Amino acid sequence: MNLRPDLAKIAANVPEGARVLDIGCGDGALMAELRDGKGVDARGIEIDPLAVEQAVARGLSVVQGDANRDLADYPDKAFDVAILSQTLQTAERPDWLLDQLLRVGRTAFVSFPNFAYWRMRLALLRTGRMPVVRHLPESWYATKNIHHLTVEDFRDLLAERGVAVDSAWFFARGREIGGTNANWRAEHAVFRLSR
Amino acid sequence: MATVHSLDLQRVTLPAPLPLDSGRELAGVEVAYETYGALAADKSNAILLFHALTGDQFVASTHPVTGKPGWWERMVGPGKPIDTDRFHVICANVLGSCMGSTGPATIGPDGARYGMNFPVITIRDMVRAQIALLDVLGIGTLHAVVGGSMGGMQALCCAANWPERTQRVLAIATTARHTAQNIAFHEVGRQAIMADPDWQGGAYYGSKSPDKGLAVARMAAHITYLSEQGLTEKFGRQLQDREAKSFGFDADFQVESYLRHQGISFTDRFDANSYLYITRAMDYFDLAEEAGGRLADAFAGASDTRFCLVSFDTDWLYTTADMREVVHALNAVAAPVSFVELSAPYGHDSFLLDVPALDRVVKGFIDG
Repeated sequence: MNLRPDLAKIAANVPEGARVLDIGCGDGALMAELRDGKGVDARGIEIDPLAVEQAVARGLSVVQGDANRDLADYPDKAFDVAILSQTLQTAERPDWLLDQLLRVGRTAFVSFPNFAYWRMRLALLRTGRMPVVRHLPESWYATKNIHHLTVEDFRDLLAERGVAVDSAWFFARGREIGGTNANWRAEHAVFRLSR
Repeated sequence: MATVHSLDLQRVTLPAPLPLDSGRELAGVEVAYETYGALAADKSNAILLFHALTGDQFVASTHPVTGKPGWWERMVGPGKPIDTDRFHVICANVLGSCMGSTGPATIGPDGARYGMNFPVITIRDMVRAQIALLDVLGIGTLHAVVGGSMGGMQALCCAANWPERTQRVLAIATTARHTAQNIAFHEVGRQAIMADPDWQGGAYYGSKSPDKGLAVARMAAHITYLSEQGLTEKFGRQLQDREAKSFGFDADFQVESYLRHQGISFTDRFDANSYLYITRAMDYFDLAEEAGGRLADAFAGASDTRFCLVSFDTDWLYTTADMREVVHALNAVAAPVSFVELSAPYGHDSFLLDVPALDRVVKGFIDG
């Protein structure tokens, strides 16, 4: 199975046999990898019915629903790990979602595209228009990303909400990079969080 | 309807009296059932399939009264989504019905047919009788329970009351409680039956049965099984075998002719009193009420049971919103649950019809 680099990083850091909730799980690629590779008890939430059907057909437990509302139904600390990959920037209230994530999960993995990546900054500076780049390929009117954020924005939110960063990983051009000047250099970021 | 006791049906007599939710008990209960596929030596591959209101145990074999194919042959059989090459599928006629299990047409201990002396039963009573059947068959834990519509109610009821008896619960196009609208439609049907002079307070056995009332009940119910879009696509305002409206009350419209046919053919295979008793059981169904008011509490013992719930976007009888209430309750007890709303044009009946996405979901869940 070929997982996206951010998902592969998350998969590598989920403990064996953990109870995992994958929010915005798509067709369940990460969940299947965790189940088959690590004996993880994985559950998912996904809004797209076709993706849910594909995930259920793989024998996964996935609920069709909207994380912006449905996450409130889950009991406190029902999961060892809650995963939110490439979904935070699409949420109605990312701050609420972050709180919910750390309510239902003891730890959380959050991955998101970094809007302060240097190519984005350059494109905006040079063209004066919302950047359309490889890792954010949609035009401003077509994108599902309604809350663009940067690595530093995210760190600020975490500090404000009293959330601890256990680890952070950064990616550019499909490869992991070091953390130095990540807000300039990273296309994507993955954080492991706890409270 | 035909007397089913002249048919050679597979059935068992329960060894102990069956306690009922009403407080009464029934002795000598017979449960008629069919099985498909071989039972594994360790009895680990059994699936109990619950039928709907007017269904029966003939899931994947020819119906002995109508001669029609089984009602879910597209789903159950060798190589089908519920694969009888792998699984031993059991389907029992529900308590109160009329295809060989004990019901109002059965002869009671006083030598007369029960009629309205048959006790009012519940969905839980139906499941209790089928759990007793499993005990007779020596089957402890099922691989899965499966059902659509009233069958789905039984599947949810089984999870709430006998969670230790099944590893998986697949409930399709169903609900955890009957709404005022659901009850209202059933009441129309019951009143149609009871308004038929042939009903005679339910004591019509041996004379003319209340076919007109039962047919009207079926017609009203049948509308709730279809979507407006489905009816429009199938019939629109097309006229039946005529060029112009008759300015009378014949079946001018195709949809009228269709409904009349549905109503009349139903009376060939179904007992009017059974219709009264089973619709009553459905109306009484409210899993949250049984658990003291909170639906999640009903599933407290089922947090390790795997659930798969499916609704259809055009089903206005048991809606996606009804199903989401069940999903929320199962999430609250952290049970492993899958839920998907599938798109299909046929309304409530979609679970019986050609919806390939349902086949994939069922197969994935049952195999997984």
